[in-house]
Amino acid sequence: MPPMAVVCVRGPLRKLAGGHAEHECSGATVVELLRALELRHPEMSGWILDERGLIRRHINVFVNGDRGDEATAVASGDRVEVLPAITGG
Amino acid sequence: MTELLVGTKKGLFLMEGETGSGFEIKARAFAGQPVDFATRDARSGRLLATTTSPFYGPKIFYTDGDPVREWEQAEGVALPEGGDQALERIWVIARGEAKGTLYAGGDPGVLFESRDGGASWEINAGLWEQPSRPQWQPGGGGLCLHSICTWPGDPDKLAVAVSAAGMWMTDDGGRTWRRGNEGLNPRYLPEEALKDENAGRCVHHVERAPRQPERMFMQFHGGVYRSDDAGESWGDIGGGGLPSDFGFPLMVDPSDPDSAYVIPLVADMDRVTPDGRVRVYETRDGGSTWTPRGDGLPAKHAYLTVLRQAFSRAGEGEALELYFGATSGDLFGSPDAGATWSVIAARLPPVFSVVAV
Repeated sequence: MPPMAVVCVRGPLRKLAGGHAEHECSGATVVELLRALELRHPEMSGWILDERGLIRRHINVFVNGDRGDEATAVASGDRVEVLPAITGG
Repeated sequence: MTELLVGTKKGLFLMEGETGSGFEIKARAFAGQPVDFATRDARSGRLLATTTSPFYGPKIFYTDGDPVREWEQAEGVALPEGGDQALERIWVIARGEAKGTLYAGGDPGVLFESRDGGASWEINAGLWEQPSRPQWQPGGGGLCLHSICTWPGDPDKLAVAVSAAGMWMTDDGGRTWRRGNEGLNPRYLPEEALKDENAGRCVHHVERAPRQPERMFMQFHGGVYRSDDAGESWGDIGGGGLPSDFGFPLMVDPSDPDSAYVIPLVADMDRVTPDGRVRVYETRDGGSTWTPRGDGLPAKHAYLTVLRQAFSRAGEGEALELYFGATSGDLFGSPDAGATWSVIAARLPPVFSVVAV
């Protein structure tokens, strides 16, 4: 049984995720968690992960406060924050 | 009354008015987001817009209602999953000839088709699976499919242009495609590379003359061209009075197959209006001669850049209206086929696209 972690989303991602900021999802890695979230909320497809399965360049993911990537392992009870990067122009 | 849909670096501006009596900004949508292109399908009244969020990637949205709040995301605007490429941007949406059909062109050199007025889209497999695709070279703006030329009355015929993979044509609704680059002279390539058909053919914009669809006009990366055989071959028409044959946008008067309008820039290494003057150049003889049309446009210390989708028209003939925007945020309009111009708006965000409806 894959671990259960909490994925936290904000802004337009929260709106796409049914208006909820926190989502308990199951997955052994960050990308598995994000795929599980997409499965639950298909409107989110393509917003965090691109067609290659990569986290979009200007989105940051933190696992328990540490910067993570697609392959970062996730344990039960972990908190995964999905944040747009501080970019613009 | 003319509606202008102005895509900018910071949102979509919907304007209404008439040149002469002025335009008003009626609404701003996608505040803060880059809006690459927006259009209205006159058949349904539906508004469509393409955005490329720096965070969340390229999307197509549509609305049949409130253009500020009621946009819905279109489905299917993505490359096949599991590949080694991601969709970078949607550059253009064009109306198809078949009922409810729309086309969208994007980067990396991809064409999407919708048969339900833009709510859902499918990638065109014939173009996506071109065997030469791995050799296609991107231009400075990416591998963008930016021009989609339908054939009036025949939904099976289509021509598209990709920077810098050149012209592609289909006669069977997009199942098979062939190149149409004969006669183009990419002066930026060494002579020995010219025989390589995959070496960059940097087409900047293409328009078809709707009353004589075999005739097409092209702004190339150095060169203005005309085709009289539906894009199979091209002849240079970039002399005859143009200050430069470099530029991006191009427009035609639908009533006159001999007409075309370009907005030259100095050169690829200096992409501003020549001599600090903003001028649109018109031909009415198929490109043999070009005449400057700048009455009312900035004539001194005006170094503007006009992008490929930022030139549009409404009407035709003597009632032809022309509109263009610049990355300076200035928007200009002419009610009389380019004879006179006025400022429609100033100090907008950098203008990416203009569509007159």
